[in-house]
Amino acid sequence: MYPPAFDYAVPRSLDEALDLLAEVGDEGRVLAGGQSLIPMMKLRLAAPAHLVDINEISELSYIREVNGHLAIGALTRHADVVRSEIVGAGCSTMASAAPWVADPLVRNRGTVCGSVAHCDPEGDWNSVMLALGAEVVARSRTGERVIPISDFVVDFFTNALEPGEMVTELRVPRDDERSGGCYLKLERKIGDYATVGVAAHLRLDERGRIGRAGLALTSVAPVNLEVEEAERMMAGQEPSEELFAEAAEIAARTCQPQSDVRGPAEYKRAVVRAYTRRALHQALATARGER
Amino acid sequence: MTTTHQPTTPFDMGGIGHSVRRKEDDRFIQGAGRYLDDIQLPGMLHMAILRSPIAHGRILSIDASEAEAMDGVVAVVTGEMLAAHDLAWMPTLSGDTQAVLATDKVRYQGQEVAAVIATDPYIARDAVSAIFVDYEELPAITSPQQALEEGAVLIRDEKEGQTDNVAYTWEAGDREATDEAFAKADLVVTLDTHYPRSHPAPLETCGVVADVDPATGEATIYLTSQAPHAHRTLFAIVAGLPEEKIRIISPDIGGGFGNKVPIYPGYVVATAASLLIGKPVKWVESRSENLISTGFARDFHMHGELALTADGKILGLRASILSDQGAFYADAQPTRFRAGLFHICTGSYDFGAAHVAAKGAFTNKAPGGVAYRCSFRVTEASYLIERLVQNAAYELGMDPAEFRMKNFIRPEQFPYLSPTGFVYDSGDYHTALRKAMEMIDYEGWRRRQREPHPEGKLIGIGIASFTEVVGAGNSRTYDIAGLKMIDSAELRIHPTGKAILKLGVKSQGQGHETTFAQIVAEELGIPFSDVKVQEGDTDNTPYGLGTYASRSTPVAGAATAVVARQIREKARRLAAHLLEASPDDLEWEPGRFFVKGVPDKGVTIQEIAFAAYTDFPEDMEAGLEGVHYYDPPNMTYPFGSYIVVVEVDPEDGTWKVLDMVAVDDCGVRINPMIVEGQITGGLTEGFAKANMQWITFDENGNCIGSNFLDYLVPTAWETPRFRLGETVTPSPHHPIGAKGVGESATVGSPAAYVNAVIDALWSKGVRNIDMPVLPHRVWGALNGVEVAP
Ligand SMILES: Cc1cc2nc3c(=O)[nH]c(=O)nc-3n(C[C@H](O)[C@H](O)[C@H](O)COP(=O)(O)OP(=O)(O)OC[C@H]3O[C@@H](n4cnc5c(N)ncnc54)[C@H](O)[C@@H]3O)c2cc1C
Repeated sequence: MYPPAFDYAVPRSLDEALDLLAEVGDEGRVLAGGQSLIPMMKLRLAAPAHLVDINEISELSYIREVNGHLAIGALTRHADVVRSEIVGAGCSTMASAAPWVADPLVRNRGTVCGSVAHCDPEGDWNSVMLALGAEVVARSRTGERVIPISDFVVDFFTNALEPGEMVTELRVPRDDERSGGCYLKLERKIGDYATVGVAAHLRLDERGRIGRAGLALTSVAPVNLEVEEAERMMAGQEPSEELFAEAAEIAARTCQPQSDVRGPAEYKRAVVRAYTRRALHQALATARGER
Repeated sequence: MTTTHQPTTPFDMGGIGHSVRRKEDDRFIQGAGRYLDDIQLPGMLHMAILRSPIAHGRILSIDASEAEAMDGVVAVVTGEMLAAHDLAWMPTLSGDTQAVLATDKVRYQGQEVAAVIATDPYIARDAVSAIFVDYEELPAITSPQQALEEGAVLIRDEKEGQTDNVAYTWEAGDREATDEAFAKADLVVTLDTHYPRSHPAPLETCGVVADVDPATGEATIYLTSQAPHAHRTLFAIVAGLPEEKIRIISPDIGGGFGNKVPIYPGYVVATAASLLIGKPVKWVESRSENLISTGFARDFHMHGELALTADGKILGLRASILSDQGAFYADAQPTRFRAGLFHICTGSYDFGAAHVAAKGAFTNKAPGGVAYRCSFRVTEASYLIERLVQNAAYELGMDPAEFRMKNFIRPEQFPYLSPTGFVYDSGDYHTALRKAMEMIDYEGWRRRQREPHPEGKLIGIGIASFTEVVGAGNSRTYDIAGLKMIDSAELRIHPTGKAILKLGVKSQGQGHETTFAQIVAEELGIPFSDVKVQEGDTDNTPYGLGTYASRSTPVAGAATAVVARQIREKARRLAAHLLEASPDDLEWEPGRFFVKGVPDKGVTIQEIAFAAYTDFPEDMEAGLEGVHYYDPPNMTYPFGSYIVVVEVDPEDGTWKVLDMVAVDDCGVRINPMIVEGQITGGLTEGFAKANMQWITFDENGNCIGSNFLDYLVPTAWETPRFRLGETVTPSPHHPIGAKGVGESATVGSPAAYVNAVIDALWSKGVRNIDMPVLPHRVWGALNGVEVAP
């Protein structure tokens, strides 16, 4: 398939990239893994005039542990996360989600930050980031800001970036010894976007009650949906079968699925209910160190 | 009669029964295959097609002026321009006509409206976006039921005498005898089910490079063609070109599965453009174009009824089908059979009466009706009977394996005349099923199924004991567009004892370069590695109808064996001359004639070949070669029994295969490794149909399934692990006893998977779920919720 013509630049450093982005303004797009952008261009659904390819900026490829959070650079691929020991030891929710993102080929190219920036409600990472309460670091030639993920995701394919700005890093809270989470996804085949995805994360207090609960859903609303009502409802409570069933009920009620080839809305609600319950149980087991 | 075939040649010679490595893979695994899109000719132009964005509408105007003015655009072709050369419409393989470029109406989303010829493929596509078409939208018909409703808008208003949306009606079998059988029945079991629209989706899409020489008028047409000779003749008829001036070259083909049997509008437009412009023109479909416009398959709405006795015998079958043909009736199938070979739907069972009534409807969808890895609708037929048989067994309170055993055609009944007129050549269905049951531990799974599952999952076991019909024709009964379904082989032995075998069929990945060389090795004792197999170039191969419907081995394979045997007879006379003996006193062993009782006194086939050009008797013609056109006396009837065990999660409706065994009987296996490859691929495609794959449309006729995110193709990840078994019942009428195997597994397996899921849910009252058995459909069936689609 053949995209329309475009200008193409390959900066060697972040500063150079930011200069280029400032120059081209809202005509420009960052090209990261290209696993969403290039298909859209080939189908002629997107026709950016300028592409700023960040793949040669190796300084942006990292996963580090800094002050109680994990820092994920803009060039970190999904596959890097799958393989990362730092993620394996420090973020059970990301570790559980990574193998479910796309397929092995796409994971070798696609980036976590690109996925977050893309704000596709069928994308998996933004649910994980919402459940964890992650932060997005955005830079432009004029400065840097740190945006909570819930503010970063504005709408269907719309993020909070200004022209000339790009995502340089994600900051994800690290699990402590009393927290854990997971991501459950129903897909028709590997590489399929979620019919339903559920990210759940629990932090227990010293007495084993729920300190903080994070719960977010994929593919069942115009954006990745944080189920705040259920999060608030669980906070401070003793974890139990009934509590999780109630949270699942809230999630099923709150989501706004569409009927499509992946099934009718009613079905998707039923899956949200079942997977929320299962995910919370699994998150609890992880938080308790049982798995 | 079940035997196993022991090779009679040494491994290095590579005759029948040896799993020698595929010769063609040397170039494929080095990336050195030469596919259509690899072809670059000097001065070559590129074509892109403008397609209709809507499903049904009248064309009011086409404005191509902006496109024509673009740098690099050589021409914009419209239907009006083709009409001036009488090329706006073309015949289909089913005797209908199909628009090449739309002149009056568009009749499906994706239909060809105009074409741009440009100096590079990017410019061609940019220019496509600069053509502006005004449509007056008409209501879209998206199902055959809707098409046949009173007052439905007429899709084929251009067709003389066409007053409704009926594409064809057809019947087979004996209605009266069937009614009588049903009158005697203790129980009638019915099933309504849809075999969804799917697509062969070969890795390589369709394409053409048309190169018409303006000086000589000779047209060299490189084509992704499964049937180059038939296409040459059809091109001659469609384009009015003299046939001797047309040379079709089908290069390496990256999968066909039926998709590359028809002639598509893009081929005709590119050829016309090359003719008018005087330069080569290339057109290669994008993936989306492939999925939305060329070669859909299936789309049969089927109703079946089985008449049964209380003690579990089948008395008769009634089937009626309504097929969704899309906008043009373009099935690739033998002329006489309007619903293909669907009337093979009595399957592996022995009963007296059957009747099949078929009707096809025009809808606002792409035409095609290709036999996707299928011998002309045998896939749909096999699916219907295998689903019915399981439901019948349960309604009778019988185990479905026991019910099958009781109703199978018995080995001593072959050749068996089916109630719809097929003569099954050979079979042993009981042994195949018994073997599959042993392999999977059928009784063990039935026990485990009754035990409570710790996570509340449901276990299901499904069987399919299919019979296929492949290897068309004979020429009396089977033709395509009048061309009799024969095939041919030309074999030439060179002086040094090497050989070239030329065939009218065309491999698309099946391994012909190896398999057919092995037949020569078997018959003549020339090592398979010394036999070059040539296919695909109509100037350099004998005529044939091509590769589809599992017919290459049954027909061209037979032609190869026969021509090799003829050459062996000449070799015998040459050997007699060399050994100064009488031909009758000579005995053959692989690769050598020797004097009876004196094994030391002999000559090798290589020595004989040399003599054919250097030292032949005065009364003998020089050379060692021949051509044979093979007209099969009958079809061949491969069969098998597949058993699948699944586990269903009632909460989300997902199911996964816990075990699957496939026992296939395709007669004598020439290269067992290649046969197993074919079966594994077919089982995977059958799984795709059952589990995930379909093309669907919204109520406006927008195609959903136009790319690989929506049209799902399984990867190694989700494909179950298969365990293969075999029985060998040779075809009695085929020179080497082979039956053809390319399609058995796509034909047989879908019912096995679906039967397994239905088996798991039977006690919950579920009797049918249409394919693909998607999780939401399972969930809907379990919870009594209507789910559409
Ligand atoms: C076959 C297939 C299957 C897939 N399945 C899934 C799946 O199951 N789940 C899933 O979540 N995703 C899936 N994806 C999408 C995949 O994960 C993409 O990689 C991801 O969504 C985008 O990341 P990318 O690096 O490829 O971004 P690109 O495609 O390069 O860019 C996407 C968008 O984000 C912008 N962007 C990228 N990086 C930045 C940045 N640093 N700052 C600002 N803007 C930026 C781009 O300008 C563009 O608008 C699939 C993709 C394919 C091709």
